[in-house]
Amino acid sequence: MPSLPPIRPEDEAIAQRIRPAGAFDAPSDAHDPVRQGTLLRLGDDALILGQRLSEWCGHAPSVEVDLSLANMALDLVGQATLFLGAAGDADELAFKRDVLDYRNCLLVEQPNGDFARTMVRHLLFSTWQHMLYQRLAQSSDRAIRDVAAKGVKEIAYHRELAAEWVVRLGDGTDESHARTCDGLDWCWRFVPELFEVDAELEAAIACGIATDPRAFEADYRAAIAAVLTDATLPLPADQRPILGGRRGHHSEHLGHLLAIMQHLPRTYPDAKW
Amino acid sequence: MSDWPLWEVFVRSKGGLAHRHFGSVHAPDAELALRHARDTYTRRQEGVSLWVVKSTDIVASDPDQAGELFEPAADKVYRHPTFYDIPDVVKHI
Repeated sequence: MPSLPPIRPEDEAIAQRIRPAGAFDAPSDAHDPVRQGTLLRLGDDALILGQRLSEWCGHAPSVEVDLSLANMALDLVGQATLFLGAAGDADELAFKRDVLDYRNCLLVEQPNGDFARTMVRHLLFSTWQHMLYQRLAQSSDRAIRDVAAKGVKEIAYHRELAAEWVVRLGDGTDESHARTCDGLDWCWRFVPELFEVDAELEAAIACGIATDPRAFEADYRAAIAAVLTDATLPLPADQRPILGGRRGHHSEHLGHLLAIMQHLPRTYPDAKW
Repeated sequence: MSDWPLWEVFVRSKGGLAHRHFGSVHAPDAELALRHARDTYTRRQEGVSLWVVKSTDIVASDPDQAGELFEPAADKVYRHPTFYDIPDVVKHI
């Protein structure tokens, strides 16, 4: 019985070229749990912070600040729509998951508090997000790469605006200084989670779709320290880090946020607008 | 905020065009006035460049003097270059 001909290197080269173009056994992105988890983390961070910022609509200190906050909220919801859209049906993912299935970090779900805390939270998050998106613009995954490349300009503006406000509030009146210190104190314990690398993120980094946040942790801490110095704010002492958002272990605040955000589509599931 | 000064906002809608007055914003200082102007007036691709200037720095004509300042021009029709015959061969004028 004749044996099969040997597989020559040039045959392998041809096979390599053909495979991504839809061979029946080509790996499908849709069932890759590492990619799915990465998209949910990125999308949920943007969605939850966007929802938080939108709570200011109509309540900000002035109509101009109201517009700034709403603009930033819309930038974030736009990014969330693209990330979650790459993971599946964006509306289904946003409106039909409950707390335990959300993968956002704990910082973004923290209540707005006063304007100072909102701006401190935004500085801490958008500085991290900006450094992250700059690197994700080289992700091996096209969807992640495209959204990051689009979002990096939006987030650069968020980061600058938040820094401008933190400097003015910290270096403002006694009351604004005290409130900004309180905001920093509230938010600081959620910063280490931004640099946590768990097994899922490790796998995503290994296959090139995600980036290792520890690579820019020193830059991040230096950037935050520079803003705080300008703002005459003391660098807070490190507190016991609070982790768990990436595993679905959220603070009690996220459930209240989701209750409001999901109320309409859950009550009227067939509504169209 | 009530104690923030008012800033006039000028937007260049595209390269080559002059900045045009768009409106005004309140802001505590020039840097934030620019950002407020950006967030208020260029959200829908209205501009490629922004100027802000403190409203109190603008010197304005007195409305009570409008008569003496502007009305005398009303009957000076000869100041419009409309009394020349342009030869057909001249284009682009």
